[in-house]
Amino acid sequence: MKLPPYWLAVPGIAFLVAQHFVAPLYGAWYAFTDWSGLGPATYIGLDNFREIFSSEVQRTALWNTLLLAGCFVVLVNVGGIALALALNRTLKSRNYLRVVFFAPVVVSSLAVGYLWRYIFTQDGALNQILGAVGLESLATTWLGDPRWALWTVLVVMVWQFVGEAMIIYLAALQGIGDELEEAALMDGAPAWRIVTSITLPLLAPAITIVSTLSIIRGLRVFDQVIALTGGGPVHATETLSTQVYKQTFVDGRFGYGAAIALIMTLLIATLAIVNAVFFRRREARAG
Amino acid sequence: MSGRRYTVRSLGRELVMIVLAAAYGGPFYMLVVMSLQSKDDVQQTPFAPPIDDPQWDNYATAWTTGGAAGGMGPAFVDTVIITLGSVLCLIVVSALTGYVLARRTSRLSNALYLLFVLGVTIPSTLGLVPIYVVMRNLGLLGTYQGMILLNTAMLTPFAVFLYTGFIRALPREFEEAAQMDGAGMFGTLVRVVLPLLRPITATVAMLTGLIVWNEYFLAIVFLAGSEIANLPLQLNAFVNDYYTDWNLVMAGAAICILPVLVVFLALQKQFMKGFAGGLRG
Repeated sequence: MKLPPYWLAVPGIAFLVAQHFVAPLYGAWYAFTDWSGLGPATYIGLDNFREIFSSEVQRTALWNTLLLAGCFVVLVNVGGIALALALNRTLKSRNYLRVVFFAPVVVSSLAVGYLWRYIFTQDGALNQILGAVGLESLATTWLGDPRWALWTVLVVMVWQFVGEAMIIYLAALQGIGDELEEAALMDGAPAWRIVTSITLPLLAPAITIVSTLSIIRGLRVFDQVIALTGGGPVHATETLSTQVYKQTFVDGRFGYGAAIALIMTLLIATLAIVNAVFFRRREARAG
Repeated sequence: MSGRRYTVRSLGRELVMIVLAAAYGGPFYMLVVMSLQSKDDVQQTPFAPPIDDPQWDNYATAWTTGGAAGGMGPAFVDTVIITLGSVLCLIVVSALTGYVLARRTSRLSNALYLLFVLGVTIPSTLGLVPIYVVMRNLGLLGTYQGMILLNTAMLTPFAVFLYTGFIRALPREFEEAAQMDGAGMFGTLVRVVLPLLRPITATVAMLTGLIVWNEYFLAIVFLAGSEIANLPLQLNAFVNDYYTDWNLVMAGAAICILPVLVVFLALQKQFMKGFAGGLRG
């Protein structure tokens, strides 16, 4: 067979190299300069990074990002597996229920954020519901209280994306089939034992995928923060992405913003690789 | 637990899940109800559907006012242009690249494929500053062409990855037969390969179309200050104008959310399959 010529792939390769390799390398260079977006850029060594790590706001942003991403990965996995197991077979309404849990995945995160801002606002849905069931004492200013604001972001992230994990786990469960589980059931194994010693190990490849996806999504969180809190109150909910945006494109500190972006990129790359290697090894052992 | 017989316990589980799903869909209920309420209703009875007197005016206001684009209406048109343009470019560029990478098995081809996979995982944020500067110098900030180019470049690795995987699994016999019959490389591509790519093209269009349609970060960086706005960018501007008018905020959010939701409900099977298969990688 005559093979397709390489020049057909040139546009794709050009986009790949320009946007995903050359541009980030250039960005990495800016991270070591004091560039303001205009005029020449001066090399200033590690000054940007020193400033980042001595800044209260940046340290909060870094910590918030790690905390959100970590909790997000765990909750999305646990919730996704639970939903998938519950809606895998048996239930007559399972197809409708899957649609409900998956629906938020396809819509705009920013719009979802505004929707939830009403729920969390001072006289919003959550406080009204708490009042109606006699729990006024629990009502608070969810978005205005630094102790709560970050957790509202987490709630919205999990609400929107747990359905995506569910769908990936459901596909994985279809692939497993039920012979093993039924054999174990016949032998009188209790349900939870079947889940922990048969189903979960077989789901390992899907856990890798969901974890990688949600690590990347969690570390890049932006839309939800902008819609819910804008990074406030007093910077309590800033993340790396909101700071990259504000420092670079609002304050015009291109070098400093690039330095934050570099930290974020290294975090994502490291965690994604560690995650892949960790689960690959477990998969190999289980397989 | 997952036995196939439907028992009393299954019924109990079914009821629990239905209640859970109803609560889960609560925010969407609030979205629709509040977007049709008057300002007074929102304060007094936010949970009650305004059956007697739905305020369709909220939608008219959101459709025609606020922001640089001048309403969610113009922003809707901008979003359609940017999304269609980006998805079309992506399909052409990525199908061709995927075809080459899948059919050639040389070391060069494998190395290129690995670079594309790497491109999927490396986050794009770090590259945004240089790209912003280049686009500023080329006068592409705040333009359709700029956004289409940017989105295409952004999503090419993902789309190439999907196409290559799909084409590798296609048997070569059809192409070989066409070439035996004297078809050239171009004829084989257009008449034999492209029709076979329909399912994966649908998946690529759906997954990347959703990303472009809902994209906010790129829009706020590359469209800010222009008269072009996609729906999320316009929604943000609209909400800043009507911060405390929750009925209007909801109408704006609904214009952002409901069209996508309707398409999803119409094509739910394909969507969920596409996500399960496409993201599995």
